[in-house]
Amino acid sequence: MLRFLAGRLLQSAFILLGVTIITFGLLFLIPADPVRMIAGRSATPETVESIRRQLGLDQPIPVQYARYLGNLVQGDMGRSYIQKARVSELIASRLPATLQLMAAAIFLQLLIGLPAGIFASTRRNRPLDKTVMLLSFVGISAPQFVVGLLLIYVFAYKLELFPLGGYGTIWHVVLPALTLGVTIAGWYSRMSRSSMIDVLRQDYIRTARAKGVPEYRVVLVHALRNAILPIIAMIGIDIGLYAQGIVVVEAVFGWPGIGQLAWLAIQRLDIPIIMGVTLVAAVGIVLGNLLADIATSLIDPRVRHS
Amino acid sequence: MVRLFTVATILAAFALAGATAQAQPKQGGSMVVTYKDDISTFDPAIGYDWQNWSMIKSLFDGLMDYKPGTTELIPDLAESYTISPDGLTYNFKLRKDVVFHNGRGLTSADIKYSIERSVNPETQSPGQGFFWQIAGYEAMASGGAKELSGITTPDDYTVIINLSQPDATFLHIVAINFAFAVPREEIDKYGLDFGRNPVGTGAYKMTEWLLGQRVVFERNVDYFRKGSPYLDKITFEVGQDPSVSLLRLKRGEVDVLGDPIPSANFLQEKNDPANADLIVEGGLLHTGYITLNTTEPPFDNKLVRQAINMAINKERVIKIVNGRASIANQPLPPAMPSYDPNYKGYAYDPAKAKQLLAEAGYPNGFETELYTMNTDPNPRIAQSFQQDLKAIGITAEIKSLAQATVIDAGGQGTAPMLWSGGMAWIADYPDPSNFYGPILGCGGAVPGGWNWAKYCNEEIDALAAKADGMASTDQVEARLELWRQIYNKIMDDAPWVPVMNEVRFAMHSARIGGEDTLFADPIHIPVHYEYVYDKDVQ
Repeated sequence: MLRFLAGRLLQSAFILLGVTIITFGLLFLIPADPVRMIAGRSATPETVESIRRQLGLDQPIPVQYARYLGNLVQGDMGRSYIQKARVSELIASRLPATLQLMAAAIFLQLLIGLPAGIFASTRRNRPLDKTVMLLSFVGISAPQFVVGLLLIYVFAYKLELFPLGGYGTIWHVVLPALTLGVTIAGWYSRMSRSSMIDVLRQDYIRTARAKGVPEYRVVLVHALRNAILPIIAMIGIDIGLYAQGIVVVEAVFGWPGIGQLAWLAIQRLDIPIIMGVTLVAAVGIVLGNLLADIATSLIDPRVRHS
Repeated sequence: MVRLFTVATILAAFALAGATAQAQPKQGGSMVVTYKDDISTFDPAIGYDWQNWSMIKSLFDGLMDYKPGTTELIPDLAESYTISPDGLTYNFKLRKDVVFHNGRGLTSADIKYSIERSVNPETQSPGQGFFWQIAGYEAMASGGAKELSGITTPDDYTVIINLSQPDATFLHIVAINFAFAVPREEIDKYGLDFGRNPVGTGAYKMTEWLLGQRVVFERNVDYFRKGSPYLDKITFEVGQDPSVSLLRLKRGEVDVLGDPIPSANFLQEKNDPANADLIVEGGLLHTGYITLNTTEPPFDNKLVRQAINMAINKERVIKIVNGRASIANQPLPPAMPSYDPNYKGYAYDPAKAKQLLAEAGYPNGFETELYTMNTDPNPRIAQSFQQDLKAIGITAEIKSLAQATVIDAGGQGTAPMLWSGGMAWIADYPDPSNFYGPILGCGGAVPGGWNWAKYCNEEIDALAAKADGMASTDQVEARLELWRQIYNKIMDDAPWVPVMNEVRFAMHSARIGGEDTLFADPIHIPVHYEYVYDKDVQ
């Protein structure tokens, strides 16, 4: 187990290094000049060059990258070009809100997606199965900003059950988490359905049924334990799916998370913030996958011995 | 007769007293303002965004300011000022009752320090270039000198500014955010984090900033204009989707929408009689235009540029933006001094346009590219232009890209045609010269500059310099007339197609009061935070 873990950690470190190199490279391929965005429209060419020098943006890209990495290793993510504040502080102030939203959304999508998928798998190809799968498809396809605005209009504005966006209490988190949850639950119900169907066909399930084990125990204890493995792996990957959804949902609900920070930074080409947010998101994805791997290996010993 | 006169006088006096009482609302109460995007900084030397520009005006003050709701200059931190007959020396006498939010009194040294801070290259201020006319600017801006030799402070309440050449816009320059007074000790204390811990002399002080959520301004009880501002507290909530903000305003949770009314809701809200008093229409010092790269064929040919001017159906663009703009025929917006209401411009006439194209040697049109920012409604507007061009035989490929990329293509001169929507010039100060230098003058026609048409007419540059040299008070009218002529000459060369002037519709809740002009203020956007009041406490 320790060797398995050490191998995975080493692999993760390389992935993160790769992410910084690729993001850094891509940012400099964009045909736009971050210094122009700082200097504003009235700046003279001299002002622009002076700012470029001070930020070290006149250096060759490998030198700039080496300097960035050097600072990063010492825990310094630099300062925002536009806001001048420390990137680490900006991210730290917003990360809790995003994590809270993600946790609530994962909880909701499992709460909706898993039972729906399991239920559908036991009624394969019957009308109920088809209804659940159709709804899942609608969930997957629905644009999150439309779902978000719709939920706000109905549940917050018309019915006045929840606050109109914002952040703070448990009530604030319900609608944004539901928006993310509903749209992603569709994946889970489809995934858990097909995974369950695979398992329900296997011999040991037939044996269990033959022994006279009640059907609910066959499904929820014998089958689910094996069917859950791909689902756990998917939660790990999911965090990557959130990276896109969270920008939209945070914007619709006025949720003060990391997505909003990234959105503004991208518009203004605020490279230190874009780098910082990408890195944090990458850490999240890598960590998610790592945890999923560990969880899978704990449930299924075959994984850690292969 | 005499008696009647007396009664009338008394009545008039009463009416006047009533009017004054009404004009002076009671202090107290609060207001909630929402914005879609976050606030980047409150440092007046740095902040240059839609959101923070007016907020900074309420936290800090400059030597000069504008009369609320107008573009008329009035002294602010200065009590009075004199200008030497040659227009080179400005002598400002400061008020003695001004204190910073940290309790220290303002002196002339603070004014000198603050302007020098914006010029100092280490500050990286986007406003540096505005101070080009102060003597000693070159030496300091290049990083050599540590101060501006042109600013001297003979005593604590006198600031003398010497210019290297007369500049008629200079009083606007000392009213601009980049010249606002900041206390040196706080800058030394906070360094680059001053923008998050602003200390000024303004009507409000910032008392809370929850990053990405809200900023709270509270009334500065020591503000030098006694009885002002009216509101005790303003809460700015950021990261708010405009559609959701509108719902919150209807429910009474929000008082002022910082961003425009969302396009999808606009017509419905505007036509709702219940909103008649809540939606105020005001001009913006803004023009949306297409730039034509005058240095590259085919747009190096004046006839082609004039043909394009006649080919564009501006009426349709106004429809695309739901009527939230008026048709433009010249670079200056109507609210700007020197705007020429008699100028006819190029009328929409595709047949004539085709004829001009043929005259220019392009009877079958040509292929070109049209750059536009990729946020709604700009790609739709670009498509409308594309159709218009097709009608006279020109095939334009639309390049719909992110803002920074479009700005770069314009700056590098690689965009033959560029629609300015979403990044168009909104004036920094209400003077015609502000629409010239960086966007139509030779100085801006350099790689990376904002003159995207790369238009450089030496003769007009000379006229512009002459106009801005007309700095004495008896030349004001002559100067504005000269600027009017300059813009007419520019339109003759047709480096731009002026398309529309945005009209701003500000929406506020019923409980916030104030003259309509305060909600349509050309300088303070969306509202003049210092002069609107809370009806609940009246």
